[in-house]
Formats: sequence, structure tokens, C-alpha cells
Amino acid sequence: MTSESLVELNDVEFSYDSRPILRGIRMKFPRGKVIAIMGGSGCGKTTILRLIGGQLKPTAGSVRVAGQEVSGLDHAGLYKMRRRMGMLFQFGALFTDLSVFENVAFPLREHTRLPEPAIRDLVLMKLHAVGLRGAAHLKPGELSGGMARRVALARAISLDPMLIMYDEPFTGLDPISVGIIANLIRRLNDALGATSVLVTHDVEASMKIVDYIYIAAEGRIVAEGTPDEIRESTDPLVHQFIHGEADGPVGFHYPGASIAADFGLEARP
Amino acid sequence: MIDAIRQVGAKTVNGIWKFGCATRFSFTMLARSGMCLRRPQLVLDEIYFTGVLSLIIIIVSGLFVGLVLGLQGYETLKRFGSAEALGTLVALSLVRELGPVVAALLFASRAGSAITAKIGIMKSTEQLSAMEMMAVDPHARVIAPIFWGGAISMPLLAAIFSAFGVFGGYLIGVVIIGVDSGAFWSQMQASVDLREDVMNGVIKSVVFGVAVTLIALFEGYDTPATAEGVSYAVTRTVVTSALAVLALDFVMTSFMFTGV
Repeated sequence: MTSESLVELNDVEFSYDSRPILRGIRMKFPRGKVIAIMGGSGCGKTTILRLIGGQLKPTAGSVRVAGQEVSGLDHAGLYKMRRRMGMLFQFGALFTDLSVFENVAFPLREHTRLPEPAIRDLVLMKLHAVGLRGAAHLKPGELSGGMARRVALARAISLDPMLIMYDEPFTGLDPISVGIIANLIRRLNDALGATSVLVTHDVEASMKIVDYIYIAAEGRIVAEGTPDEIRESTDPLVHQFIHGEADGPVGFHYPGASIAADFGLEARP
Repeated sequence: MIDAIRQVGAKTVNGIWKFGCATRFSFTMLARSGMCLRRPQLVLDEIYFTGVLSLIIIIVSGLFVGLVLGLQGYETLKRFGSAEALGTLVALSLVRELGPVVAALLFASRAGSAITAKIGIMKSTEQLSAMEMMAVDPHARVIAPIFWGGAISMPLLAAIFSAFGVFGGYLIGVVIIGVDSGAFWSQMQASVDLREDVMNGVIKSVVFGVAVTLIALFEGYDTPATAEGVSYAVTRTVVTSALAVLALDFVMTSFMFTGV
């Protein structure tokens, strides 16, 4: 592994039962960069994040984070590594019985023995970074989708992680919220000196903030490059994905019986 | 015919698979219960959630069961000229049988369903996954405290149920019908044995508490992450818990009170 790479996936394969999800995945995430993994729904993007976080184990290949083989870690080792990771889930995954303040304070209370005034200051600083210091007293049910995502982001960075993972951070948000979250991802990554991995299918928002892009389809990496390289790609699949075309290498129709067979149009004997 | 056999086979294999998963889940949870000792406040919070919030239904039900037992018991005992034995009948029925069993059924409906819904929703909204990714073990932080909270609450609720049942029997028998108060209490005191009756009742309620809480936790943890999945899981908790309580009650009664 090169010293610049924080995360490295080599020939990773993953299957649910006998259904293959990922095949021959090779990726490198250099330190300090923001990387996007893009692709259609169900192409295995989120599975990659779960493999990096150790929630799933690859059926073949290796996933290394900060030089450690994730699947080789025991329970204690895995949890020790996760303390240096932050993850933003698709819909925030805030604890609904806790206030915004307590949600952000949760990792600090669980992993540190800081006195209450220090926890208060840290939580308010994190909330200030995402622009929600004034919402500390609210419950998750009182937040909009964008606000919930920002609180979850504040919680994800509360222990100043080396790696921040984002699972579909823009899904279901209005354009203003998308812009806010995208800016925060870039700004917080640079301020914390962290490495960020973004799983998304929002081309426009992520192209503006990421340093490098991997495009996944049918469990494989089909293209990679900087945003400019991806934009100029002549690969038909990349072109279809970037421009959101309805038909192309990824067909509009789900595979099935022929139209003649379904509508009884075949010649009868 | 072949299809029917195949379906029976598949259901049997699924049942064994699920039982194995539940056993593994239980051992993992027990192995990670250390946090409950280090942070007893987590268990106290769950005793409040499963126990204190169940008090109203337990007290009211206990009182009504006692009132009905008093009425029915008096009518039957009067025919044999032994209405003074009403205290014995009410107390033994409650302490040995009705207290633990009815309290467990109510506990399954009130607290068991709430536990399954809570864990199921935490799973379907990725709160448990988020906790894992924050390096906080959900088995230690969420599951184990709920288990110990339920296991501690259930015997206390059964005791409260029996106490209010006896009080209900006293209200009907002594205050309203006019059975002699001294006979009511003294016969009860003479015939209820602390070890044979009360302790066996307590043992039953502990076993029911463990069974119902484990079923509720596992159903919540094992639920598919959808609204429909959570709703089915809650139903399964109530049905499975009720059947488990009744079956366990029969087995334990066979060993405890008939010397089988």
C-alpha cells in the first residue's frame, strides 16, 4: 500500500448467498481527498462502504484502511478502527429519542471521559460548523430532511475522524440543501484533514466538490478519473450515466420474456 | 403432495435456522452485558420503560382479577360451607398461577410489543447500524440493558399483580360480602407457604420475564427493515410470547406442584 492511500481495495469480491454483488473491485482513496463512487441504484455502491466499515466481509480480496486489513480485525480491533471513522447514513439515522444536542454528544459520551462543560463546548462547535447551533434543543422529528442530514454530519465528525463516509447524502433534498451539504462535505474534509468517500448518484452536486470519481455498474468499476476526465469520457455507459439518458448500455426495459410472448402475439401452431 | 412435503421441510429448516439465530443472539447479548454493570443507569432506564410504564395495566388488571376471583370463589366455597377459605383460594390462585401468567401475558402485550417496535424501528432507520459505525456495540448499549430491565421488571410486576389481586379478593369477600376478616387473612397466612408457593411463583415470573423479553428483542432485531416487517414482528412477539408463557407454565407447574 502506498503511504498516501488511506483506503485500498484490491480485487474485492462480495456475494449475498450465491448472488454476486461486487466483482474484482480495485480502488485507492488518497489521504486528504474527496472521492465519489457513482452508479445506478443497486450496483453495489453502499456495499463498498459497508466493506470499508467492516459491517460486511469480502468473499475474496482485501480491504485495507490505514494499513490494516479490515476483515482480519477482531471485534475490539474493528471497534477501535471505527472510532477513527465517521459515517453519514442516507437519511441521517439520528436517534429519535435524543435531542439534536444529545445526538451529537453521543459518540463523545460513549468514547471519552470529558467533563460536561467540555462536551457542551465541543457539541456546540460541531453544530456551529454545520450551521445548526441554534437547533441544539430540537428533537429529530422537528427537523427538515436537510437539517437532519447536517446534524448527522455533525455527529459523524464529533470525534474528528480520519475517514468520513457518506451514503447518498443528497437523496431527497431540495437544491438549496444539496448545495449546503455539498459545501459542508468539502469544507469539513479540508478543515479536518480527513479523507471523504461519497456514495451518490447525484452527478451535478458531486462533480463540483470531489477530486476523483469511480463509476460502478453491475458490481464492477467501469470508469474512473477526475471530474473533468469523467465529463469528457466517450465510454457509452459513462456518457449515459453522466447525461442521465433513459436508454443506452443500461437498458430501459428490465430483462424478461419477449413482448410477443407476453402479449400472445407469437404464431400459434 | 411433493409440494406439500417440500413446504413442510422448508418451514422446518427455517424454524431450526431461526432458533439457531435466536440462540446465538442471546449468547452474544449475555456475553456483552458487562456494560450494564458498569453503567447501571442504562438498566434503570429500561426498568422504567418496561416496568414502571406497565404499572397501570398491571394494577388495574390485578385488581379486577382479584375481584372476580373473590366473587366466583365465594359462590363455590359457600356451597361446601367453607367461605372462610376464600383468602386461601384467592392467594394461592394468584401467587402460584394467575399472578405470573396473566402478568406475563400483559407484559408481552404492553412491554414486549413496545420493545419489538423500538428495536425494529431502530433497525429499519439504520440507528443500530449508525451505532455500530460509531464504534458503539448495539448489543451492549441497547439490547442487553433492555433484556436485564425486562428480566428484573417482570417478577416485580407479577408480585404487584398478585398483591392487588389479593386486595381485590379482600374488597369483594370481606368488605362487600362480609366474610370474616380474621378468617380471610389467617387462613391465607396458614396455607400459603413461602418456599412452595411464593418462591415457585417468583421463579415462574423470572422465567417468563426472560422468555418474553428475549422473544421481543430477537423479533425486533430480526425484522425485515420495512414498516410491514416491523408490524409483523410486533404481532409475532405477542403471539409467540403468549404461547411460550403458557407452554413454560405447564412444564414448570408439572415439576413444581405435582412432583412429576
